[in-house]
Amino acid sequence: MNSVLTAASYILVHAPDMVVHNGTTQTTERVVNPGSEYLKQLPEHIRSYDQAVAYAPNQTYIGNMTPGQLGEMEQPWHDMPVAGATREGRYGEIMPQDEFLLLMQASDMFDLVRLDRAFVAKTKPALEKHPLLGQEILALVKAGEDASDIARAVNEEHAEGLYHMGQLVGYVKRAHDVDANLSAHVLLENLASKASAVLALRHLLHTSGVAPEEIEYVIECSEEACGDMNQRGGGNMAKAAAEVAGLGNATGSDVRGFCAAPSHAFVMAASLVKAGTFKKVAVTAGGSTAKLGMNAKDHVRKGLPVLEDVLGGFAVLITADDGKNPEIDLDIVGRHTVGTGASPQAVITSLVLSPLERAGMKIQDIDKFAAELQNPDITKPAGAGDVPQANFKMIGALAVKTGELDRGGLNGFIEQHGMVGWAPTQGHIPSGAPYMGFARQAILDGEMEKAMIIGKGSLFLGRLTNQFDGISFVLRKNRGAAQQQQEPGISKEEVRGMIAEALRSFAASMEG
Amino acid sequence: MSLLNRKIIIIGDRDGIPGPAIEECLKGTEAEILFSSTECFV
Repeated sequence: MNSVLTAASYILVHAPDMVVHNGTTQTTERVVNPGSEYLKQLPEHIRSYDQAVAYAPNQTYIGNMTPGQLGEMEQPWHDMPVAGATREGRYGEIMPQDEFLLLMQASDMFDLVRLDRAFVAKTKPALEKHPLLGQEILALVKAGEDASDIARAVNEEHAEGLYHMGQLVGYVKRAHDVDANLSAHVLLENLASKASAVLALRHLLHTSGVAPEEIEYVIECSEEACGDMNQRGGGNMAKAAAEVAGLGNATGSDVRGFCAAPSHAFVMAASLVKAGTFKKVAVTAGGSTAKLGMNAKDHVRKGLPVLEDVLGGFAVLITADDGKNPEIDLDIVGRHTVGTGASPQAVITSLVLSPLERAGMKIQDIDKFAAELQNPDITKPAGAGDVPQANFKMIGALAVKTGELDRGGLNGFIEQHGMVGWAPTQGHIPSGAPYMGFARQAILDGEMEKAMIIGKGSLFLGRLTNQFDGISFVLRKNRGAAQQQQEPGISKEEVRGMIAEALRSFAASMEG
Repeated sequence: MSLLNRKIIIIGDRDGIPGPAIEECLKGTEAEILFSSTECFV
């Protein structure tokens, strides 16, 4: 019996000041070229919260639009605000930066996040209206400090500033004098990732209707590392986030694998549930402050707004087969092995063609492929092209190569079996995961039967290997009821007959 | 095109043509690969 996808949640955090102060493109520029034109022009290209909310890919991410609806809109999307766009979506929300800074403090167990007294007084009433955070989380927000103490900590004590609307409103304190792993910079990244995972988990409780104490295990699959100098990647951000989210009966662990980590985590979670080890497993990831404004130089140069101004997060709940929700079919798992090689053809063969052939299926038996779902509005002006389209084109090309598709049908294949991308370029966030919620709904609504989720990861960025990586699996309509009917079982009558036969045989042997 | 005495720097793209694939294409030519890496822009 396979495990099933019960619920998904998707959140964004608008983080315009973090783009300027924490995105590595900007922090690097301040080191190598502090007086650059780019840094001078950058603030003029930062979007307001309302602009970020009205951005069609963001509305898609939180579930207010479907990928299909987004695909019908002409590109580029950045100058086509969605009328009636809202903060809340079917799967989550777009949280403003000021509220998020308070959530970061609530997610900090070591008194490292300090906020300005007036800023807290102004922002806390808004957070108190949040329907999903609860009193336990709000109680962790402290009254705040004087502005002069905050400035001193940033200027004299190696603290990392927290900004809102260009103003210094707080800081993250370093947790060790010399250990770079506990520097204010690293802690800010980790706490932002943790807090956005907490928000995603709280939304998952809402979208699933599952009580917090029912979740037994959490797998966190971001790209951050937490630990100290003796165990730099010691980890368990999963349990750290579960604690704040109120999942009192959960333990957990982290899965790492660059952008492929979520897909690895989904397969592991599905396996844990299928094996009966746990009944309810959540997979979650928060966002990356480092990647904010990653391609902003190109966006600014071309007169565009800085489109990488949101942190992403998601959470997915995988549970035992309920006969209704879509199955995660572990009989169709593709994997990029050490011996696969790096060419695009080899990669897609290992992730798509090979697992389908092993299952006796063709490429076109899959209704939708969800590979790298990066928003092309972000990547095209930066010269990285349309990443999802490139992936779907390669899948279609393989279908042509195997003879199941005519060459002339390639564009139609991409349209029918692919989708436009809508996810922010937050590394692990776009890699298949954003489609899980939509796929579940489309399968439940009878619009399709099978989706393949594909995660791909750039292991070479860590300079330990030149290997690429990836893993894929199929989400499919629940076959529970049909399968049980087809599988030959033993009826009560048959059991009775077998016992009677055994007793007769036993009695006969006694007589003998 | 002759690649004799040519020095090559390869910057591959994770979602395009990765470095090792370009290296593979240059095997059998006389080009000298000075540096090869694959970068990720997303």
